[in-house]
Amino acid sequence: MARELTSSVSPPRAVEARGGGRAAHPPARSPRRRGARGWLYVLPALAVYLGFAIWPALNTLRLSLLTWDGILPATWAGFGNYVEIFQDSALYEAILHSLVLIIFFSFIPIGVGLLMTALLMGKVRRGMTFFRVVFFLPQVLPLVAVGITWRWLYSDAGVVNQFLDLVGLGAITRAWLGDYQLALVALGLIGTWVMSGLCMMLFLTGAQKIDPSLYEAAKLDGAGSFRQFRHVTLPGVRREITVAGVITTIAALASFDLVFVTTNGGPAGQTNVPGLLVYRLAFNEGDIGGASALAVVLTVIVVAVVSAVRYFTRDES
Amino acid sequence: MRGGVSLRYGVLVLLAVMILVPFAGIILAALHPPGSQLNGLSIPDQWSWENFTLAWERGNMTALMRSSLLIAVFVVPLSVVLATLAGYGLAILRVWGHRTLSFAFVMGLTLPIELIVVALYFNLREVGLTNSYVGIILAEAALFMPFGVYWMQTHFSNVPEELVEAARIDGARDLIVLARVLVPISWPAITTLSVLYFMWSWNQFMLVLVMMQDPDRRTAPSGLGLFVGEHTTDIPLLGAACLIVIAPIVVVYLLFQRSFVSGITQGAIKG
Repeated sequence: MARELTSSVSPPRAVEARGGGRAAHPPARSPRRRGARGWLYVLPALAVYLGFAIWPALNTLRLSLLTWDGILPATWAGFGNYVEIFQDSALYEAILHSLVLIIFFSFIPIGVGLLMTALLMGKVRRGMTFFRVVFFLPQVLPLVAVGITWRWLYSDAGVVNQFLDLVGLGAITRAWLGDYQLALVALGLIGTWVMSGLCMMLFLTGAQKIDPSLYEAAKLDGAGSFRQFRHVTLPGVRREITVAGVITTIAALASFDLVFVTTNGGPAGQTNVPGLLVYRLAFNEGDIGGASALAVVLTVIVVAVVSAVRYFTRDES
Repeated sequence: MRGGVSLRYGVLVLLAVMILVPFAGIILAALHPPGSQLNGLSIPDQWSWENFTLAWERGNMTALMRSSLLIAVFVVPLSVVLATLAGYGLAILRVWGHRTLSFAFVMGLTLPIELIVVALYFNLREVGLTNSYVGIILAEAALFMPFGVYWMQTHFSNVPEELVEAARIDGARDLIVLARVLVPISWPAITTLSVLYFMWSWNQFMLVLVMMQDPDRRTAPSGLGLFVGEHTTDIPLLGAACLIVIAPIVVVYLLFQRSFVSGITQGAIKG
């Protein structure tokens, strides 16, 4: 789901810029009447969106204030469910885990994406399309299939251990997703594998819009390819870095599919994430109020972190 | 200089290998005899294709694939048509309150599905839409609506104003302007949106897991997610099942590679 959240939060600029253009239309009909009939075009989309996304979202807010098992009459809980989230160590830790995942879903992929971009820019022409298509491929697969594949790669007899044996690190082989200390890291690295190509594709798109004369100028000043990247490409893709940060952060915080099929929260809750607990509380344990409250807290964290990402990577100019 | 280029290619190839090894692993695994124990990457003694038939039968794949296709076949046109109409209303007709409305749609891009899915289940249960294709189709259309409206609105607002005005002077009404002028020049944008919608619909997991209890009407990924629980140790079988489920999306990706990538990147950046 997180993959379709591919955008920043502000409305498109182009639309605002054209706001003043209304007077230019021929005054055949009064703008007011046209505006009213125009609603007919927006209404179907709005109805579906309100009915199947916004209405349930508001209902989740209401449910979060109740004690309800989904069957018997609900009782009022006030903010009790919220208090519980911060007192129940399992729920609290799940939130921390999802914050740790940001490192693997967001920070490292942005770094790897920048590396891929640097390598694919400039001299490399041959095979460019091939590398782009391959690097982006993990991004289009259902995460369930990705999870099942990696479960096997990480297993006792899996490819990861086979490789470690081969390079003489046989001593550290283990069932990675079952390791109490390292399961979360192992899970996170699957996210790195999935997200790096997305970051690369965003940066490449941004880099293509950079004025070539900037590179010429840098070359004349004697800058090598590394310094050109550092001083021309990097500032040029600033906006794309923000976007990548937003998308990948949401994917980390709201992760569910991968965790569900790889570890299901184990070992001993070490890879619990809020999405998994929302599902489990609501549909296995019948604690609808708790599940809803956790979903609301998760949403608040997503909005807060996304705002922070946008704030810290904002354009100074 | 020459050394620099080979170093570049060296790192690129290394990265490509790291991306591709999991695929190689799962393909090789699927070609081993059913039920065999595997040790890392290994070439099977004899290529065995039975896993695909076995996975298809045991995984109830005929039903799963049918559900996935059925849902996508309704979700994609429905969402694209609604998003196109709304984008037109917001960008060209500039309905009363279009800025607030645009903002309300765009807001939806940050809402995690977790916020929606619990209450949605109980809301749909009240009206008898759980365990139903209709419920899933409408829910997916709603989830994808923020992106689609935003996408079509941005696209339409970049269309030269003169085109629309010329059509109006010729006496074209709103619907004709959309159908005869805007849609024909917007096929690339509409194709891209359709391809993205197909991918999201095909890959959707949590929503289907919650809304669809009937095993015969689950989608391919959600069926796969439960299949793995029953066959944890039979890696060749699981590998084959994975490959069956990812095949359609990989084909779509390779066919529409260009619009795919431009969709995801432009969609993300245009804001």
